[in-house]
Amino acid sequence: MADLGRAALVVSLGLAAYALLAGAHAAYHGRRRLADSARNALVACFFSTLVAAAVLVTALVRHDFSFTYVAAHTNRSLPTVYALTAFWGGQEGSLLLWLLVLTGYGALAVALNRRLLRDLVAWVVPVLAGIASFFAFVLVFVASPFDTQTAPIDGNGLTPSLQNPYMVAHPPMLYLGYVGLAIPFAFAAGAMLSGHTDERWIVATRRWTLAAWMFLGFGQLLGAHWAYVEVGWGGYYAWDPVENAALMPWLAATAFLHSVMIQERKGMLKVWNMVLVALAFELSVFGTFLTRSGVVNSIHSFAKSPIGGWFLAFVVISSLFSLGLILWRLPLLKAKTKLESPLSREAAFLYNNLLLVALCLTVLWGVLFPIVTQLVKGESRTMGRPYYDFFLRAFGLPLLLLMAVGPLIAWRRTSVRALWRTIAGPAAAAVVAGVVLVLLGAGSSKTGLVAYTFCAFVLATIVLELVRGTRVTGSLFTLVARNRRRYGGYIVHAAVVLLAIGIAGSSAYGTSREVKLLPGQTATVAGYRLTYQGLDPIRNDPNRTGAYAVLAVSGRYHGTLRSGDVTYTGFQETDRDVGIKTDWLRAQDLYVIADFEKGSQAVFFKVLVKPLVNLIWIAGIVFVLGSLVALWPDAREQRRLATRFAPAQA
Amino acid sequence: MTAVWVVLGAVLAAAAVVLVALPFLREPTTDDDALEQPDDELIALVEERDRALAALKELEFDHRTGKIGDDDYRETLAPLRQEAAAALRALDRYGPAAAGDPPQE
Repeated sequence: MADLGRAALVVSLGLAAYALLAGAHAAYHGRRRLADSARNALVACFFSTLVAAAVLVTALVRHDFSFTYVAAHTNRSLPTVYALTAFWGGQEGSLLLWLLVLTGYGALAVALNRRLLRDLVAWVVPVLAGIASFFAFVLVFVASPFDTQTAPIDGNGLTPSLQNPYMVAHPPMLYLGYVGLAIPFAFAAGAMLSGHTDERWIVATRRWTLAAWMFLGFGQLLGAHWAYVEVGWGGYYAWDPVENAALMPWLAATAFLHSVMIQERKGMLKVWNMVLVALAFELSVFGTFLTRSGVVNSIHSFAKSPIGGWFLAFVVISSLFSLGLILWRLPLLKAKTKLESPLSREAAFLYNNLLLVALCLTVLWGVLFPIVTQLVKGESRTMGRPYYDFFLRAFGLPLLLLMAVGPLIAWRRTSVRALWRTIAGPAAAAVVAGVVLVLLGAGSSKTGLVAYTFCAFVLATIVLELVRGTRVTGSLFTLVARNRRRYGGYIVHAAVVLLAIGIAGSSAYGTSREVKLLPGQTATVAGYRLTYQGLDPIRNDPNRTGAYAVLAVSGRYHGTLRSGDVTYTGFQETDRDVGIKTDWLRAQDLYVIADFEKGSQAVFFKVLVKPLVNLIWIAGIVFVLGSLVALWPDAREQRRLATRFAPAQA
Repeated sequence: MTAVWVVLGAVLAAAAVVLVALPFLREPTTDDDALEQPDDELIALVEERDRALAALKELEFDHRTGKIGDDDYRETLAPLRQEAAAALRALDRYGPAAAGDPPQE
């Protein structure tokens, strides 16, 4: 069966290489049938990759340990659902998923646009095929999931920390996001290669960008929740290089989604949009390089492997290609209009872009710093949490303020008097909220207080926009239906507010205490009374050994919490299971981490009380809802675009 | 057993070749093998028209929701109307069917 997988990958590589070369030749010389043939090759590449993926899935489900990959990442006792997740649990399988998603997305994107944007698609095909060729090459020659061996009796199994429901969805979500950014990149590159740098590439890829952005954002939140409940250190985001690797393209894509609106409205920022779309794609590949090269230390990275060098080469070559294209087409990308006023919606978008890109580059510098210091000083130094937290505050708080003010500013220009009249209401609501928060004791953290006040400002703006818009259109439904993009965006803004409240609440107003308890002893933390009852060892479980410390909790919550160390059979690593009790009324968690002292009955408990932390997870749901509203197909818009571009194509 | 998988691989490769060759199998010879190229000027005019009309619509909405004052509204309205009219006039050169329908909302 491995032979079929290998053959399918070789066919994929051949088809991708053909689509690249024949597609580029056809587009350059304007040959229609050859361009169609190259497009078909890209579609066929998806199907052959699908066959390869089906072979690997079959091997995983059947526990076919003659596949080296299957033996390395599964064993017979692994439940089928986790055997399936082993598809992306290892290096080679996850690369195959990259290629599968890329060719699937690519085939669909070119198929949907083949009639209306024939000239553009002719160039998009070789760009996508170039990316696919790289991944197919790596899979065939460097990291094949179809290497075989004499089948052992049992496999190594899947790392215990990956045997978690979140790992079923988190990696595929990230891949759908990372790879999805290849589509707008390919269309942007296609527009520049063809010399037709009008807005058609933006129209064609708007929903692709939104979908990729949604998957990437939601995938990160799923990963954050996994870290929170599974990794057992008490937090959800550690500014780990691999976590940052997903954040950076998301920030660049967020900037692009905003700035592209200025190009659509004013025909401005064409160069900037090309830079952003290329940056988002390059950062997604760079993230893949970080995860796989072993150049940075991260709990999320794969084992050190030779593919790091290949990825680095690909990032460098594709970045130079993007940069070269933009420089070559600069004369075509000149804006015909200028910013009319620094007090306009487009100016607000511009400020938002500068802050987002500054945050993105700051994170990038933090990620690169250990590599740079290793190269320059021969000693790797890491940027710590204070570095990232400082810049998150420095750029994040002004971003929140812009989210509050920006939607209230008119396009083109507005006077200070008109702006003040518009923002007075939401600003007053924010001030009142700030005063109430101070009275409630939130003044203990200045950052938290400012963040909450700005959050109130944003929410008041959203409410005002909905109320005034509804008054004009007659109904909220009509209002949202007439401009799903804008009002979907407002729902996403509300999600960001929930996220900010959750982050500020759990970090600025949280409680953390470490206590050492003997059986029967009690400690009180933030209104919770915790009594250590003793150890509860794991019994009669062939897969796990270890013990849990049991705490009786009274006060704000009555019940028991368990936290302990668990070792899975066949694995050296010990998992720390944490005890979490959620108070949904306050969106607050009581979070307990037990640390056993060898040779003693005493247990160290780290007790964390995290106010509002659960708003972060609720924000994820609201974020997806808003994104879906914004990207939901709109028949009227489709008809309009069809009539807009079809005559120009003839 | 290996032979079966190899044969399946060969079938997959053959199917891919057929799909790739399809445009040439459908049209072995043709007088018109040129890739259609868009009219950049027409696209630019259509985009200008749509941009101006969308801006007018937006201005109207912003005015009705109180986001823009009466003075700013009047000051912005006239040049926007001129832009839209200029784009529509330029499009007239291509005939009524060429530019498609303007936004209706």
